[in-house]
Amino acid sequence: MSDAPTAAGGPAAAKDDAPLLTMRGLRVEATGWDGSPIVIVVDVDLELQRGQVLGLIGESGAGKSTIALAAMGYTRGGARITGGEILFDGLNIRELPFHTRRRLRGDRIAYVAQSAAASFNPAKRLMDQIVESPVLHGVMSEAEARERALDLFHRLQVPDPETFGLRYPHQVSGGQLQRAMTAMAMVCCPDVLILDEPTTALDVTTQIEVLAAVRDVLRDFGTAGLYITHDLAVVAQISDRIMVLQHGRKVEEGEARQILEEPREAYTRDLVAARRFHVKPGEGESTTPNPLLQVEGVEASYGAVRVLHGVDVEVHPRETVAVVGESGSGKSTLARVVTGLLPPGSGTVRFEGEALPPALAGRSRDQLRRIQMIYQMPDVALNPRHRVFDTLARPLQFYRGLRGTALREAVHALLDDIEMGGDYARRFPGELSGGQKQRVCIARALAAEPDLIICDEPTSALDQLVAEAILKLLQRLQDERGLAYLFITHDLGLVKAIADRVVVMKNGEVVQQGPKKQVFTPPAHPYTELLLASVPEMRVDWLDDVLRTRAGKELAER
Amino acid sequence: MRIAGHRLSLAAQIGLLVVVANILAALLAPWIAPYTQTQQVGGVWLAPGEGGFLLGTDQLGRDMLSRMLYGARTSIGIALTCTILSFTLGSVLGFLAAVVGGWLDQILSRIVDTLMAIPVLILALLVLSALGASIPVLIGVIAILDSTRVFRLSRAVGMDIAVMEYVEAARLRGEGLWWIIRREILPNALPPLIAEFGLRFCFAFLLISSLSFLGLGVQPPFADWGGMVRDNAQAMEFGIVAPLIPAAAIGILTIGVNLVVDWMLGLQGRTMEDSR
Amino acid sequence: MLFSLVAKRLALGLLTLWLVSLLIFAITEILPGDVATAILGQSATPETVAAIRRQLGLDEPAWWRYLQWLGGALQGDFGVSLANQREVAPQIAGRLQNTLFLASVAAVVAVPLAVGLGLLAAIRQNSLLDRGISISTLAAISVPEFFIAYVLIFFLAVQAGWFPSMARFDPRMGFFEQLYVIALPAATLVLVVLAHMMRMTRATVLNVMAQPFVEMAELKGVPKWRIVVFHALPNALAPIINVVALNLAYLVVGVIVVEVVFVYPGLGQFMVDAVARRDIPTVQACGLIFGAVYVGLNMLADLGAILANPRLRHPR
Repeated sequence: MSDAPTAAGGPAAAKDDAPLLTMRGLRVEATGWDGSPIVIVVDVDLELQRGQVLGLIGESGAGKSTIALAAMGYTRGGARITGGEILFDGLNIRELPFHTRRRLRGDRIAYVAQSAAASFNPAKRLMDQIVESPVLHGVMSEAEARERALDLFHRLQVPDPETFGLRYPHQVSGGQLQRAMTAMAMVCCPDVLILDEPTTALDVTTQIEVLAAVRDVLRDFGTAGLYITHDLAVVAQISDRIMVLQHGRKVEEGEARQILEEPREAYTRDLVAARRFHVKPGEGESTTPNPLLQVEGVEASYGAVRVLHGVDVEVHPRETVAVVGESGSGKSTLARVVTGLLPPGSGTVRFEGEALPPALAGRSRDQLRRIQMIYQMPDVALNPRHRVFDTLARPLQFYRGLRGTALREAVHALLDDIEMGGDYARRFPGELSGGQKQRVCIARALAAEPDLIICDEPTSALDQLVAEAILKLLQRLQDERGLAYLFITHDLGLVKAIADRVVVMKNGEVVQQGPKKQVFTPPAHPYTELLLASVPEMRVDWLDDVLRTRAGKELAER
Repeated sequence: MRIAGHRLSLAAQIGLLVVVANILAALLAPWIAPYTQTQQVGGVWLAPGEGGFLLGTDQLGRDMLSRMLYGARTSIGIALTCTILSFTLGSVLGFLAAVVGGWLDQILSRIVDTLMAIPVLILALLVLSALGASIPVLIGVIAILDSTRVFRLSRAVGMDIAVMEYVEAARLRGEGLWWIIRREILPNALPPLIAEFGLRFCFAFLLISSLSFLGLGVQPPFADWGGMVRDNAQAMEFGIVAPLIPAAAIGILTIGVNLVVDWMLGLQGRTMEDSR
Repeated sequence: MLFSLVAKRLALGLLTLWLVSLLIFAITEILPGDVATAILGQSATPETVAAIRRQLGLDEPAWWRYLQWLGGALQGDFGVSLANQREVAPQIAGRLQNTLFLASVAAVVAVPLAVGLGLLAAIRQNSLLDRGISISTLAAISVPEFFIAYVLIFFLAVQAGWFPSMARFDPRMGFFEQLYVIALPAATLVLVVLAHMMRMTRATVLNVMAQPFVEMAELKGVPKWRIVVFHALPNALAPIINVVALNLAYLVVGVIVVEVVFVYPGLGQFMVDAVARRDIPTVQACGLIFGAVYVGLNMLADLGAILANPRLRHPR
């Protein structure tokens, strides 16, 4: 018999048609460095019915997690709920005493964090942590809790369910931990489950399984859900309704299908369209026969561990070659070999037919100039103590010997190229946004007037709309300057949009390569097909289709 | 009050005041001290305020205030010299080890590990027993031993920075080693280095004072605060506060520097305990 | 996996000890300061210097003298004191015991206090108690040991007369009388070590409390005290052990100054006297002992951290 708090003066269960969770005019504030108030969430209304899943979508800083955590009356990092009403099953959350609010947590409202690895106590076994909450809240005995956990393990398709709970967090993989955390949240049969970007940190192929498992568990137990993510395609698979947020305000809300197919607001339309970034017009083979870059039979190792096995790649002038693979596929290592940071054990890298010296130290300044690189995280790619002017001036001085007025004019010309005004020259990276920093990185690469730019996941760390703008910029620069790109990414959707040729890598080997159309038209290599199938599409029924196809395949193989 | 755009906490302002006052005292001693270091001006162990002596007199009847002012020069001067030397040595080698890596890093790190395996005081005592106590020996010993800690810190900071992509971008450009250290690493290493300078100063300052207190540091007639504590120690038995004055002065300066360093480290999101 | 880590650390410790012995020997024997000249002082002539050197065996090659010294040390023979021509080892033995007694008493008082207060300060971060502790410990780690010692003497011995200002210690005294006599020196040591240890414990616990799994426990509705005891503490154990052992090493240094202030018949004061007299064999012996204790404590710190690390105790 649960002694969790319920609405005063009424039956234990609220009326079925009254919403489970209501928020009206929610306002959350924090204090900035200098003491001034920062508003995180402004005037948000939310309604969640029993058994319904509401997706909260928005870019970073939109306030999604803050809103969801407010349902428990919880705020992070010194923030405070300063306005609005929060009603959970008839209880006024803001007016409850602290220990009553604490009672609700884990029991009636549960939370699944983004990083499972960080959220488990490394010193305790998984089962102990899973049963801690129900036993503590007096909801069930320890034996009952263990049984329930085992049941959840089976449902979530965890390997070796009987012994799974005996393990420690570090003995278990990322996807399995995420399922363990879902089990931990569901063990008390909560009314609401808050899922905070649960699949963002996982590989694309694992993502599907976890997504399906979570959806099934929610349906089986009739648990309502708040699903937080920045990925519109993912949220469409699991939510009944979607709420779009920007800068702490609600932009739009509606049924999942409606949001995807008929978005009303401009911002929503932009978000939906960002995933459908225009496909590159020229899909044929490159016109020049001589490749710019040739990687022939390259093998590379870190110490004793072999990372690349006999890799062959070609890049022609003016074309974009996308190297795609999951983590550990060796794509970043390939970039390091091409730039000379990691000399290969065997094989050669040729530039315009000439073999490049394998190590950085052996290359001439001109050889170094013609291959440039842009990085994934613009925060660490720029020296925080150098102004934009200094960052751009250095390659101009170093490679082209520019000084004085000529130098200043060249810097401003570069700033124009990246669509930033001249007054940005005096700024430090700390004063720029993520997208602006990445533009400066691109300008730094352009300053050398290279032939080839290696792009190492340049948009992975950026919000979707910002990322789209960067990709458009890169496209324009390629058309204007005849650049070739070696584009490394794990995002197949991106590859479809921008690549001329595709190289698919797995475990340090090239699994398939060729013109984009050829690679993506079936029959393709089984791994390529797996990757293709795992990219969430902006359709509500996508997940069901994929699962059906997989089940069909398994049946066919019997 | 602001420095380089950052607001100083109350504690940091107090600390800064203390440090500046001490530095001024040390610099201006010959002009503001009422008497010289060796002048015998009054009765032995007069209490502060008696006979017009602001801090009283010491065991030989010399003016405590003047001895303290000149002592500031000696104590602070020696400590500062040690710190500058140890810092230069330690940071250059530390950055080299961080950026070049390989065998150079291995050899230097092994040497430093061995030197750090026993406390500085013990090693200092060993050296002093062999070479005798003189100011050059003191400075040399403390500078070399202290540089090991600076080495560790610069190496750690250097390695943190060396893995940043902007350093890699510079290497890919073909920039030389010294350019990378000077223009990419050093500007970003300054905040922790400056804080470390303060900590090393305190360490050297306390060590010299302790050695002088043990009779193995600065020798008479030069006045350094540690030695003054030792000279006046016997006054304790008679309830005379004479030895507490230089001892307190040592503590006050160190506290002052630590307050400022604590504030600096707070800006960087670190604490003093991180640097142990 | 765990066993090999422990074995490696032990081996490293022994290697360090050996290098330390080399270092100690090298500093005192090979540096230009000539022992023979130092002993003879004014009356040094080339012949007498040569004679003394032969007598002390200084004309043998350095590595040979090192091996002899090390071999002797391992058997408990530290040679003969230059000052009083008696064997060093017996003189040290009694002093070492006294120092260990003083240091142990200080450690036994300081460690539980430091860990407890550090924990409290971390749990009530930014409260008045925490700020008070932060400021007072900052002061305590900044001032020299002899300042604390003299302040204690001034107020508790001279003004109040509760404790003696000099530690006239005799191992034949009764236990409680011994404690009374060493009260002030022990208190000084406690204050010095307490401050360092408390700050580091607080920093460590704050570190652990800032980790995401602590927030997760809060979101599961676990009460604060349970979070601290069952979630934070097991993970803070390894770093706290590390902190305690490292700070006990501060005792090694602090004890020297404290013994001089209170004229306590321990190894620290003995070493200082020997340095002043340039009695090399005695200085070497004391240095080796202090060094060995320090290395040993650091090794214990590392071993403790290894053994308390849950990832290492339960490998994949």
